[in-house]
Amino acid sequence: MPGSTKRVRRRTGGRRGKTAAIIAVAATGALVMTSCGSSGGSSTSSGAGPSGSSAKAEFNAGNKGIVNESDHAGGTVTYQLSSTPDSMDPGNTYYAFMWDFSRLYTRALTTFQPAPGQDGLKLVPDLASGLGAPSDGGRTWTYHIRPDLKYSDGTPITTADVKYAVERSNFAPEALSNGPTYFHQYLQDNTPAYQGPYKDKTGGLNSIETPDATTIVFHLNQPFADFDYLVSSPETAPVPQAKDNGSDYVKNVVASGSYMFASYQDGVGASLVKNPNWNPASDPIRKQYPDRINVQFNIAQTTVDNNLIAGNATMDLAGAGMAAATQATVLGNPQQKAHVDDAVSGALAYVAMSTNVAPLDNVHCRQAVEYAIDKQSVQTATGGPIRGEIASTILPTSVSGYTPYNAYPTTDNKGANSPDGLQKAKDQLAQCGHPDGFSTNLSARSDRPNEVAIAQAVQASLKQVGINVNIQQYPSGKYFTDNAGAPAFVHANDLGLMMMAWAPDWPTGYGFLEQILDGNAIKASGNSNLSELNDPNVNQMLAAAISNTDNAARTAAWGDIDKAAMQQAPLVPLLYRLDPLYRPDAATNVFVTPAYGMYDYLLVGTK
Amino acid sequence: MVSPVEFPESAEEARPEATLSGVSSQAVEGRSPWQIAWVRFKRDRWAVAGGIVAGCLVLMALLAKPIERIFSLDPNRFHQDLINPELLRPKGALGGISWDHPLGVEPQFGRDLLARIIEGSWVSLAVAFGATLLSVVLGVVFGVTAGYYGGWVDSVISRLMDIFLAFPLLLFAIALSASLQNGAFGLHGLTLHISVLIFVIGFFSWPYMGRIIRGQTLSLRSREFVDAARSLGARGPYILFRELLPNLVAPIIVYATLLIPTNILFEAGLSFLGVGIQPPQASWGGMLNQAVSLYQADPEFMIVPGLAIFVTVLAFNLLGDGLRDALDPRGL
Repeated sequence: MPGSTKRVRRRTGGRRGKTAAIIAVAATGALVMTSCGSSGGSSTSSGAGPSGSSAKAEFNAGNKGIVNESDHAGGTVTYQLSSTPDSMDPGNTYYAFMWDFSRLYTRALTTFQPAPGQDGLKLVPDLASGLGAPSDGGRTWTYHIRPDLKYSDGTPITTADVKYAVERSNFAPEALSNGPTYFHQYLQDNTPAYQGPYKDKTGGLNSIETPDATTIVFHLNQPFADFDYLVSSPETAPVPQAKDNGSDYVKNVVASGSYMFASYQDGVGASLVKNPNWNPASDPIRKQYPDRINVQFNIAQTTVDNNLIAGNATMDLAGAGMAAATQATVLGNPQQKAHVDDAVSGALAYVAMSTNVAPLDNVHCRQAVEYAIDKQSVQTATGGPIRGEIASTILPTSVSGYTPYNAYPTTDNKGANSPDGLQKAKDQLAQCGHPDGFSTNLSARSDRPNEVAIAQAVQASLKQVGINVNIQQYPSGKYFTDNAGAPAFVHANDLGLMMMAWAPDWPTGYGFLEQILDGNAIKASGNSNLSELNDPNVNQMLAAAISNTDNAARTAAWGDIDKAAMQQAPLVPLLYRLDPLYRPDAATNVFVTPAYGMYDYLLVGTK
Repeated sequence: MVSPVEFPESAEEARPEATLSGVSSQAVEGRSPWQIAWVRFKRDRWAVAGGIVAGCLVLMALLAKPIERIFSLDPNRFHQDLINPELLRPKGALGGISWDHPLGVEPQFGRDLLARIIEGSWVSLAVAFGATLLSVVLGVVFGVTAGYYGGWVDSVISRLMDIFLAFPLLLFAIALSASLQNGAFGLHGLTLHISVLIFVIGFFSWPYMGRIIRGQTLSLRSREFVDAARSLGARGPYILFRELLPNLVAPIIVYATLLIPTNILFEAGLSFLGVGIQPPQASWGGMLNQAVSLYQADPEFMIVPGLAIFVTVLAFNLLGDGLRDALDPRGL
């Protein structure tokens, strides 16, 4: 089953986890210009390197440009994390921060250009020498990888390794279950179904062809115009079959990027050093600035924050923002605030409304909720403008196709706490036959204080129009398998409203909208289309757009789908989430990449 | 000549020439054990203070709703204009204390803390008293039965108590509260949450009471007055209710009073862990839970519910200790 629940869990849940892991590197003496010396000085201006202008270290500087731009090499960069990653195996991870970080030691076919601002959403070829060539109306995609690539152990990289990496990560859930399985979903399967490389030792997936060592051809079961985004996942990073031992591969990952593992310890951390077999000439985007990159897990979030402020760590690997306590102290101090970048996380926080739970099965009742919720109150409850921008569309600002508009405007977004919002909400309630309001339940994840806070703000503003909301809390671990993501449970328990946060696996309209709006995506368990919207018009628009290989037309379509869906009021967009990140003085080449909604880890060095 | 004993001619002369100071010269009146206990209790100033505070708290809890109405305190009304969302604390000093909000407001929503403390008091005390009542009833019934009848009845009940005492209570309470969250026994919302808490806390703490009552019954049943009753033909129920139970009232009162603060803490603990009272209903444990992630930004928010719990538990503990000393100086 495609991992939509994991998508949510990984991309927004995981990243927002309270526990922080750390990757720590002790700063050591600098070894200046070793193997990358040949590419010399002005590395950042060459190739597809950072293209933004150097920025002064002030509040939000990392959102606009590169802070502390420097080609200084040497030293140790330390990443700390409050939890542990799901895995550092490129084929077994779904955390956005791991997709960002894994690029240091692996190379997928494509990746996002390391650049601040909108440039960071641009796909560039990485292992491949160019973007994919579609044929057969977007059903077949061909890539050529760069010649003479080598792993860290000196053996050559071939497209057979890329094929193997896709097979192990998508077809072997018994060993590697963490990553998404889009390739399983969109590639033509064998007959009988392919069982993955661990169970089926004889053959492989027939729909991936490798006619020679540098060519790879993917045959899809439907036109899929976003395929270049799909192959930017670390799941296409080459894995040598001879070195693969399933779930234990994480202990001896063979590197294709500019760094390789010197050590790895489950639950403790890892240490990376320069990969001597990485050839800068083959790689326009990577550099080898620090001598060593240390990663430390399981360090309390406030400790991570304090280490960043004190200069004892370089980056918070999770990239999900500082703890509430740190936020308060840092923002109250102008000198520390200058080190903060309020990153667009790419996630939308919203309330899904079930189209199958009375009385919200009536569109007017749903529209009453749209008008009644005081989004300003929601924003204040969750930490103010620094934690989120008030939303009116389903697509967040960082996703291609975002078109600003507001289908349910109220004065200052204050919902029922503004006279016009109150009036409009009451009008809709009258049309839906409940002029005095009604009662319903709102589900939220008990282990997410922010979500519970938002739920209380929603509850308070709906009470203004007579809608009485009971908050039901469920643990996030089973939220999608057993509760909000299980339609039978939703109907049985009258969950008319459900708290939700959603971030795309890749920043296009399809990556964002399909799982939460498409009627075909509704599942008995692990459902992400919480409102169970099954509108023929929306379904058809989604299918038409993803098979359209005309980029501009496809991008425009996402905005149209957003508007068409909002007519049905399946959800109330609340906030485009923002994560305040701390940028230490010692960190160089720091900028936020909108592709992952956090700092881009590819070029981070230390002074 | 030996003079005869002289008899005084008046009562005045009959008075002793000296008396021991401190001994009442008035006639000694008989006093009931309860009067003796009351005198002892009055002498213990800490216990009296605890009793007064506990009494005021109970009064506040009983009158919570009228108090809120009279002073127009709304525990669920937002005052988000009074808080600084980015610094996660109320505007102004000391957690936003002002004439309108004597204890300040909470961060995030700006709800009035005084109103929430008052609102939380009735929830806390309702759960604590309800759970105590449940465990006292269960404990007395099982304890007296086990102690009086002995034999296999005693064995079964005693082993049952052992099993309950060996239970990982907190874990079980969390699991049970979490799974009964969505409606059970036809109850929903706040009524359900309070009932579940009363059940979980009361049902699992009765063995503590049961053991004490069983021990007391064991020692009482072989006393002469019970033998006398039995020899006069009294049967089980009569002996249980007329002979034994009145003699058990003192330990029951003492232990019930000491159970209340334990149960208040337990309720706060469960609400703190998110499985007790659900928002937006104010509860002291829930407020602490909210405060914990913000304590560096807004320490006052943690102090207010923390103090409420502290004062309440202390008051009931002092009262309970005082009652124990007063009712049985030998120590139970």
